Formats: sequence, structure tokens, C-alpha cells
Amino acid sequence: MSRLMMCLIAVLFALVTASFLIGPAALGVGESVAALVNGGDTPAAMVMREIRLPRVLLALMIGASLGLAGAAMQGYLRNPLADPGLIGVSGSAALGAVLSIQIGIAGSVAFALPAFALGGALIGVFAVLLLAGPRGSSLTLILAGIAISALAGALTSLVLNLSPNPFAANEIVFWMMGSLADRSMVHVAIALPLIAVGAVMLLSLKRGLDALTLGEDAAAAMGINLHRLRLTLIFGTAAVVGASTAVAGAIGFVGLVVPHILRPFVGARPGALLWASALGGAIMLLAADIAVRMILPERDLKLGVLTAIVGAPLFLHLIYRTRREGL
Amino acid sequence: MSLLQVRDLGVSLRTRKVLNDISFNVAAGEMIGLIGPNGAGKTTLMRAILGLVPFRGVSSLAQVPPAQRGKHAAWMPQAREIAWPVDVRTLVALGRIPHQGTGAQIAPEDTAAVERALDHMGLADFADRTATRLSGGEQARVLIARALAQETPLLMADEPVAGLDPHHQISTMRCFADLAQAGTSVIVSLHDLGLAARHCTRLLVVHEGELVADGVPQEVLTPELLRDVFGISAWARMTEDGFVLQPLSAL
Repeated sequence: MSRLMMCLIAVLFALVTASFLIGPAALGVGESVAALVNGGDTPAAMVMREIRLPRVLLALMIGASLGLAGAAMQGYLRNPLADPGLIGVSGSAALGAVLSIQIGIAGSVAFALPAFALGGALIGVFAVLLLAGPRGSSLTLILAGIAISALAGALTSLVLNLSPNPFAANEIVFWMMGSLADRSMVHVAIALPLIAVGAVMLLSLKRGLDALTLGEDAAAAMGINLHRLRLTLIFGTAAVVGASTAVAGAIGFVGLVVPHILRPFVGARPGALLWASALGGAIMLLAADIAVRMILPERDLKLGVLTAIVGAPLFLHLIYRTRREGL
Repeated sequence: MSLLQVRDLGVSLRTRKVLNDISFNVAAGEMIGLIGPNGAGKTTLMRAILGLVPFRGVSSLAQVPPAQRGKHAAWMPQAREIAWPVDVRTLVALGRIPHQGTGAQIAPEDTAAVERALDHMGLADFADRTATRLSGGEQARVLIARALAQETPLLMADEPVAGLDPHHQISTMRCFADLAQAGTSVIVSLHDLGLAARHCTRLLVVHEGELVADGVPQEVLTPELLRDVFGISAWARMTEDGFVLQPLSAL
């Protein structure tokens, strides 16, 4: 195991611990650990197992998903500005979720919102495939993704526009900002299988993404099946990003910034970046989720707002550095 | 036994016929120059042989299962793409991908092949430098080393010497010729007829999608062929240094 891997795991472990210990219910360290491990009917156990545990698990899963999908997308497109949202999955998942809020089913059935969001992601990914063709180039994939994102965004705006109920509109706007607050183990159970399957698919791309460093023609001549690589990338990204958006809303910049920060530490190898970005994404989202609870605990600062506020300047700095190095 | 058989190969892009009825065999140890004017179909021919574009006819290489082709032939496309700022050794090691299973550890023979390829191209001092920060000519040599590291019986390169200085043009052609002498067959597409005449053991001339000549350089590069195919005249002599050809004027 490399030194980078150990550093990332150590930071992740520290943040998991911190995330378990921070919250409005002032629990001591010993008390928290005992409640988490032993369970039972005590209020402390309820807080630890039903509020903080799902929150930590979701931050880990979703952060890792976004980092991994970002690294895979950048590796496939050979472009450091690519983002997992590029193929339109997060936009169409958001549209599904917004529809479920609008028609009111989200309020009455607990898992209706994530289910609608997953349905939206599924329709979105098939629309992208239909547009881009199963064998098209990476350029057609980008264009199809932009078209579907734009369409999903427009339809989301239409729903908001026509919403007769200001409370629903308000709920939609807040949901779209992305958050891990008030999630339960039901959300974990919905997202986990999809994220696990998608992550295995994306991690299997290591060899192909390395080969793509030399371009599509050279990779194909080395025995990489680009057709299969592309489908694996699309479905893997759709699974992890669709599931993440379904339970947490749209959380931007993690998939864009994390691979960019970690690239120099893995010698720029796109295959090695997959694992590192998964760990790095989990770190960034856990840290951001701790921050939203510490900065304005009483105002419910949204996670997606914070990642964008931190991520955008960080990204600008990285662009500036890249420009200066003339790369 | 021949290393590569191409029979009645034809390629159509959209409805236009790009290549027609191309047949030739490649034996072990041949240094083949593929020449022809711009747009003659040289690149398409090489990509069809590798099975990268749909074609009619037979290419023995394309009959190999795609996942195994990388063990039979190394391919150096004309676009010298290095997408990420990896170091030179890592880039050259990408040539070992066809020999490694998914997720397999790097075997000692892979490391040895990478070091051999680096030495062969005189890149030992560059091994830890970032490939994207090298000059164009250095990048070209790194990419040749990558193809060498693949250690295949057949090496195909699309204009590998374009953009190199005379020293590196000659040493690259010498390197390919040495590989051919050691038993590896090399097919390179070229625009420099002087280099083709001097370093290749055999030339294939492609013109408007047809294979119009196939043979040793001094027999292929006749004044008539140079006029009809390339539209040039040239000075050509068998000298004590071998066959020398210098293009003179455009006709």
C-alpha cells in the first residue's frame, strides 16, 4: 500500500470519528462509542445509530462515488475539466426527485423521492445512450450529456415555474442544494447496492483508462475494448451518481476538484487515481458535512452549497496553477 | 511462415472506396516502408490490418481475438498523444498492458522489457522526467520506446519520423532496421522517400487506394513510378553506401 493511500485512510478515519462525535446532542466520547456499539433503547443509542451512523455512511458512500466517477470520467475523456454530472445523470435524477415533491408523493411515501430520482437517472442515461449511440466517440457522449442536462434543467425549472404551492417550490429549491441532514438507514439501504455495483464497474476500468493515456487508437490496438469500456463507464457513473443524487440531492464540485487535487500525488496515472479519488471524495464530503454542522448549526447550511463555495475557488486556483505551469 | 497475411483487403468509408484489393504477406525480419502521397490510404490500410476499421477481405492479424492482438502487433498512431503528465518510465510501461492480466502485478519481465526499450531509444536519462514536458522529438522517441516495450513480432508505426531532426530520423530508422535484423518485422509509413530508399528492405506503394508496387526499393522507385504516383522527379543511384534517392523537382 502506498504512502498516499495510508495518509488518505488515516485522515478518513479521523474524520469518521469526528463526524460521529459532533452534533447537537452533547454526548461524551465514551458515551457515544458505547451507544454506537451496544445499541439498545437509550436516547444516546438512537442518536448514534439512527441519526449519526447513516449520516457518516452516506457521506462516505456518496463522497467516494463522486470522487471515483469524476476520476473515471476525466480519465475516459482525457480532460481534467470533466465532471460526473457531464453525462446528464445528476440533472435527470434531480428532475425525478423534483417531480415526486411536486406531485406530493414524496411527503406521503418515505422512499418515493429516491425511487423517483433513480427512475429519472435511468431515463436520463438511456436518453444519453440513445443520442450518443453505443459506439460513438467521446465527443458525442459529451454533447449528448450536455443536451440531456439542459433538457432536465429546463424541465426542473418548468416544474418550479408551474408550482401552485410555494411550500413545494421552497422544498424543491432546498432539496436541490444537496444535504445529508435527516437521512435514515432506509436511504443507506437504497443507495448502497447501486453504489457498490457502480463502484466495482468503475474500478474495473483501471487498465483501460491507463491505456487511453496514449489515445483511443493505441489503446484499441493494445486489446482494450473501447466499446465495452464506454458502456461500463456510463452505467457505472449512472449507478453511483444516480444513487447519490437520489438520496442526497445535487452535490457539485467533489467529482471535479478531488481528482484534480490528487492527480500529482499518483504520478498522473489515471488508473491509480480511481482509488485515490474515491478516498479523497469521501474525505472532502465528510469534512464538508462536519463543517455545515459546525459553522451554522441552527441554520441548516446545505452541503451542496458549501462544497460549491469551497470547491469553486479551489478549482480557480488549480486552473491558475495549471496555466502558470503551461500544461 | 509469414507473420502477416493480407488478402483482397478493401475499405469503404461511407460509400467511398478508400482501399481496394490489397494483398501482400509479411515474413519475419522485414523492414517495410509504406509510401504513397497524402490521402492514398496508408493510415487506413494499417488500421484495417490491425482490425481498427471495418474492412472486406482478410487480415490474419484481425482474425486474432482483439484482446490478444496486442501480443502480436504494436501500433504507433500518427497522433502522438500523451494525455496526462506521467513520467517517461510509466508511459513506456503502458506498452506492457497487453501482457498483463486485469489487476495483475508488474512482473519482472515487464520491468526488464521497459528498461530494454528505454535503453534502445537512449532514454535512460529521461526515465524520471515528465513526458508531457519533453520536446516534440523527445516525446516521439518515448512513444517509440512504448511500442518497443510491447515486444511484439510485428511493429507498425504511422509516420514515426515526421517532425524529428535528421539525427533522430536516421537513428530511429536504424533502430527499426536493427529490430528487423533481429527478427521483428516492422511496417512504417513514410513521406521521406530518401529514408525509405535507404533503410527499408521492401517498399509498398499505395496510390488512390490500390497497391501499385511491392518490392525492394531500387526496383520500386523507378522514374515512371515517381512521376505517376508522386508527381516528382528524383536522382537515384546505387552507391557504395547502398541505394540513394534524392527527390529533385515537382512535375
